[in-house]
Amino acid sequence: MGAGSVVPVFMGPAVRFRAAVSLLGRFPALAGVDLEVARGETVLVQGPNGAGKTTLLRACAGLLPIVDGEAEVLGHDLRRDRRSVRRRVGLLGHASALYDDLTVADNLRFVARACGAGDDAAEVAMSRLGLAGRLAGVQVARLSAGQRRRASVAALLARGAELWLLDEPHAGLDAEARELFDALVGEAVAGGATVLMASHELERARLLASRTVMMAGGQVHAPAARPRKARKERVGVA
Amino acid sequence: MWHDTALVAGKDLRIEVRSRVATNQVAPFALLVLVLFAFALDPDRGVLTKAAPGLFWVTVLFATLLSVQRSFAIEAGDATRDGLRLSGLDPAAIFLGKAGAVALQLAALEVVLAVGVVVLYDSPVHGAVLLLATCVLATVGLAAAGTVYGVLAAGLRVRDTLLPLLLMPVVAPVLLAATRASEAALAGSPGDGWPWVRLLAVFAAVYVAFGVVAFGPLLEEA
Repeated sequence: MGAGSVVPVFMGPAVRFRAAVSLLGRFPALAGVDLEVARGETVLVQGPNGAGKTTLLRACAGLLPIVDGEAEVLGHDLRRDRRSVRRRVGLLGHASALYDDLTVADNLRFVARACGAGDDAAEVAMSRLGLAGRLAGVQVARLSAGQRRRASVAALLARGAELWLLDEPHAGLDAEARELFDALVGEAVAGGATVLMASHELERARLLASRTVMMAGGQVHAPAARPRKARKERVGVA
Repeated sequence: MWHDTALVAGKDLRIEVRSRVATNQVAPFALLVLVLFAFALDPDRGVLTKAAPGLFWVTVLFATLLSVQRSFAIEAGDATRDGLRLSGLDPAAIFLGKAGAVALQLAALEVVLAVGVVVLYDSPVHGAVLLLATCVLATVGLAAAGTVYGVLAAGLRVRDTLLPLLLMPVVAPVLLAATRASEAALAGSPGDGWPWVRLLAVFAAVYVAFGVVAFGPLLEEA
């Protein structure tokens, strides 16, 4: 299995939240979220700062406990077991989640081996993101912010995740890298992956999304208007 | 699980090799402690030689604190702890990998410190088998207990100052048993040392087992 391609193993919705509540301390960062994302969908979560978008993505990744309601991701009941879903999702957050003292290649090989994808997936991901060659042997601490972001995207790609959770995915990327990233998302979706992303760069993110939902106050509200045109038309993905 | 253990241990050791914190900071610090003890007790060389096992293990304990703090500091920055949790690695394997990496660093440090003790403290070397068993079991116990308390403190803002407060009382039995066993070995009466080695074995077994079971929930709370 190459980097970015996935083999879905269940046919239900990728994400199904019903009145899901998650607390940050005592604060209900998710205050009864209702959301269903079908397999293969690309959903943009839109909303103001503090709406709960990042919390929603982290909860979908199994990083935050759901204390009330129902929450299923890729068929895993997050209230009963939120660890088992982690190997099947990829989270691109604000921070790089890479080890500064390791090289790009070291980091990607660790990520790929940890999720069972193997070294080939790491090599393919580095190659796709333009990190093969000299940059592969550079410590992450010595990379520019844009290069670090590319390395983070490569790590996401190397995991071959079934659910891509993207938090401000275009931040820190230059124009060329943004085009490349959008193409990679398109390829992943074409390969069967599901994408849930939060972004304030609405013009760009709406082009990727097949559906947009609004979030405010820790709840998902009525769906926003449909995007103006499908991403597939723009990036030419089959 | 052993594949995951080797993966985590390899990652931590590679970070230490590339960052050189262990060789450029922890090892010099430990040697400096030995030298300062030598300065403090120099007027009476007999006391220094007699106290050598205790000073050696106190120094190893200080180095353990630094190594454990370092082991979790590398997981504290830039969402790497989230990355480790998202990796899907077995938490027991993460524990064993991190404790194994700390143990290997401590073992290497103990070799250096042993040479330092012989040279600086003029300490005789007897009872190699007992000394080796003592070092192996004490190192495993220190690394396992350190990793358990390291992850416990990892998510707190005061982790750097809290870890010594949590860990030092817990590993007091290791300090006591390792010192007594080493004294017996150096005194040429290994029979007196083996009961202490058994205590070290029990401590190591308890903390390895506890870490395997408890590390997952502790990592989730960190």
